[in-house]
Amino acid sequence: MKQELMTKIIKVVLTIAIVWFFYWALTNNYFAKLFESPNEFFVLLQQHMTLVGISSLLAVAVALPLAIFVTRPKFKRTEWFISNIVNFGYTIPNMAILALMMGILGIGFKTALFALFLYSILPVFRNTVAGIHSVNSNLIDAAKGMGFKPHQILLRVELPNAAYSILAGIRTAVVINIGATALASLVGGGGLGNWIFTGIKMFDNGILLSGAIPIILLALLTDLILRGIEILVVSKGTRV
Amino acid sequence: MNKNSNLSREVIGYFQDNVQLLIELTVEHVQLVGLAVIVAIIIGVPLGIYLTTNESLAGTVLNLAGVIMTIPSIALFGIMVPIFSVINQGIGFLPAFVALILYSQLPIIRNTYTAIKNVDPQIRDAAEGIGMKTSQRLFRVEIPNTLPVIMAGVRTAVVLNIGIGVIAAFIGAGGLGELITQGISRGNQEMIIAGSIAISILGISADIILRFIQTLLTPKGFT
Amino acid sequence: MITYENVSKVYNGEVKAVDDVSFHVEAGETVVLLGPSGCGKTTLLRMVNGLESITNGDIQIDGKSTSALNKIDLRRNIGYVIQSNGLFPNMNIEQNVTVVPDLLGWDRKKKGDRYNYLMDLVGLNPDQFRKRYPHELSGGQQQRIGVVRALAADPPVMLMDEPFGALDPIIRERVQDEFLHIQQEVHKTILFVSHDIDEAIKMGDKIALMKDGKLMQYDPPADMLSQPKNDFVSQFVGQDRTLKRLNIHTLADLVQVMDLNESDATIEETKELLVTSSLRDTLSLILDQQVRQIIVVDNKGNNLGAIDFSIVKDYLSTRGGTESLSFSS
Repeated sequence: MKQELMTKIIKVVLTIAIVWFFYWALTNNYFAKLFESPNEFFVLLQQHMTLVGISSLLAVAVALPLAIFVTRPKFKRTEWFISNIVNFGYTIPNMAILALMMGILGIGFKTALFALFLYSILPVFRNTVAGIHSVNSNLIDAAKGMGFKPHQILLRVELPNAAYSILAGIRTAVVINIGATALASLVGGGGLGNWIFTGIKMFDNGILLSGAIPIILLALLTDLILRGIEILVVSKGTRV
Repeated sequence: MNKNSNLSREVIGYFQDNVQLLIELTVEHVQLVGLAVIVAIIIGVPLGIYLTTNESLAGTVLNLAGVIMTIPSIALFGIMVPIFSVINQGIGFLPAFVALILYSQLPIIRNTYTAIKNVDPQIRDAAEGIGMKTSQRLFRVEIPNTLPVIMAGVRTAVVLNIGIGVIAAFIGAGGLGELITQGISRGNQEMIIAGSIAISILGISADIILRFIQTLLTPKGFT
Repeated sequence: MITYENVSKVYNGEVKAVDDVSFHVEAGETVVLLGPSGCGKTTLLRMVNGLESITNGDIQIDGKSTSALNKIDLRRNIGYVIQSNGLFPNMNIEQNVTVVPDLLGWDRKKKGDRYNYLMDLVGLNPDQFRKRYPHELSGGQQQRIGVVRALAADPPVMLMDEPFGALDPIIRERVQDEFLHIQQEVHKTILFVSHDIDEAIKMGDKIALMKDGKLMQYDPPADMLSQPKNDFVSQFVGQDRTLKRLNIHTLADLVQVMDLNESDATIEETKELLVTSSLRDTLSLILDQQVRQIIVVDNKGNNLGAIDFSIVKDYLSTRGGTESLSFSS
């Protein structure tokens, strides 16, 4: 009872803090840029979402088959090698990857796209591998015993049972990607990051928050939507 | 080919010419991340332990930490700037420091909370049954047995923060990110590449060192 | 030593996990709390050291109500052994064994001596195990360490919650035998939870048979077998496993290792039983009210001696172990 009361108080305090923050930001005219140039905002938003969307799709298109490949019994030996390369790549900060790509490919949309794509591979790859590994080996045994062919085992047993983990990996990748895309403006990729960096450079909170707050809302909203999709798609029997 | 070998020679040259600067920036970077994680441990570990006794709050706190984790780092820095401007600290160490503490909370609180929750109930029962007080149970049984998992959370936080720390350079917090931000604005490729390499090395060595510490902290009785 | 006085346990004001249980355990006695899962036997045990609260009634140790004692002190003076052994994975064997003496603030020398003495008692080399960790030991060894830990501070009372339940049958019988042997030396007052009638007969001086939180019968094993108070008791003690076991052993197995009593020619109500008869037939004849003496005879009709319930019981508890594979499979 007392604990629940405490939780409620903390929730109320947090809500008040957030509302107060927006009130404070609005009264200080910190969303000035957003109200002044809504058209520019939508262009940036569109650039942002295009970058996130294309790079995430490409990453899934590469990571998913790669993960399936390394988890096939025949190619088991490649798993250690490939997993280590991918994990190693992830210890390099995303900012560094962006900067390095700029060194190699120059400035522009394609550079940003390629760097974001590279950086999104790991979460999808790692979660898919982990998800497939976590499928109970008895299930696979049972499927073999019933006469499933290898591709049937993959499609009907492994992937459906690993779906939760795979989708969580995609969600993580997309959400991280939204943040990383904010950095893409540094290498000429455009997106809402433009306003953040302009704001920082010009010490103009009105431009800064007009970029930062929409990105945060975009990330939180995307996270929420993808969680919703997980619930809809994943079989009730396998949800944890 | 020629261009590439030239570039690598230039990068090596850059490292040689700027040893002093690189060391200074590395120290700055380590200080920022190190202090933030230490504060995060001081807040997160006791909080994680407390949450195991308060289920209703645990959900709220873990969700909140999860939401913070979802906020893109540059955007969080972006919010910190106007907020800390109120006390004239909008640009510099403090906003970055606070943001890094916030980012460290999820891995540390979550790992502590789940690890303590997952202590074998039989072991907890045995500890209680032989007459340990709550504090004795915590310090003699629960924490020693969960230290590796808590440490894994700390390691995640450190590696994550080393990367995010790079971005902190944009709001004037210093560190190795300086090389990249300045390299980009000056169009200096050697600087960008040297900075990226230095940060990657720092991230990887931190990961290796903390893994080693994690093994040291793992009680010998673990398989 | 331990007295349960009208003890009840109510969860959420509805379910009676323990319902008005009273019985008394003498010092040095082993009482087995027996019953199917969910009968309240574990709750009954855990009320003694305050791991479960008592809704109504009282439990006294040496005439002192446990509710009046400090829970921490109470627990440190009661040995506690659980099924999964509950050894702390982060502590080595010596640390595990001496954890309660450590909590009680014994000095290093005293702890060391106690460790050596107890390990010798259970037949484990103290030096060989000192620095090893629980996971490096076999299940049987871990369980013995669990018992040793409970004995460490020399508590007069021991609570054992299905202590050997996780062991496989052969090891279990061996550890049970060992524990009986230790008990002859240490004379603890023991409450022992089990769901296994064989174990209860073997380990218990008395059995408290529980059902749905109620005490069905509290008697020595022989009485419970011969005079079950109600249908539930007779059903429970007569469960398949015991019968199977009694079916498989014959008197021929028994006479190889046990001495029979001298037969008394003056008793009229005497029956003869062939040495090839099963123990089940033997037991049913023993329980026959019309018969007062049973003489075992071999194929040639030679008198091998008289048999009674205690001989069968002793045989089952000492010899049963090596045979257990054949009847568990």
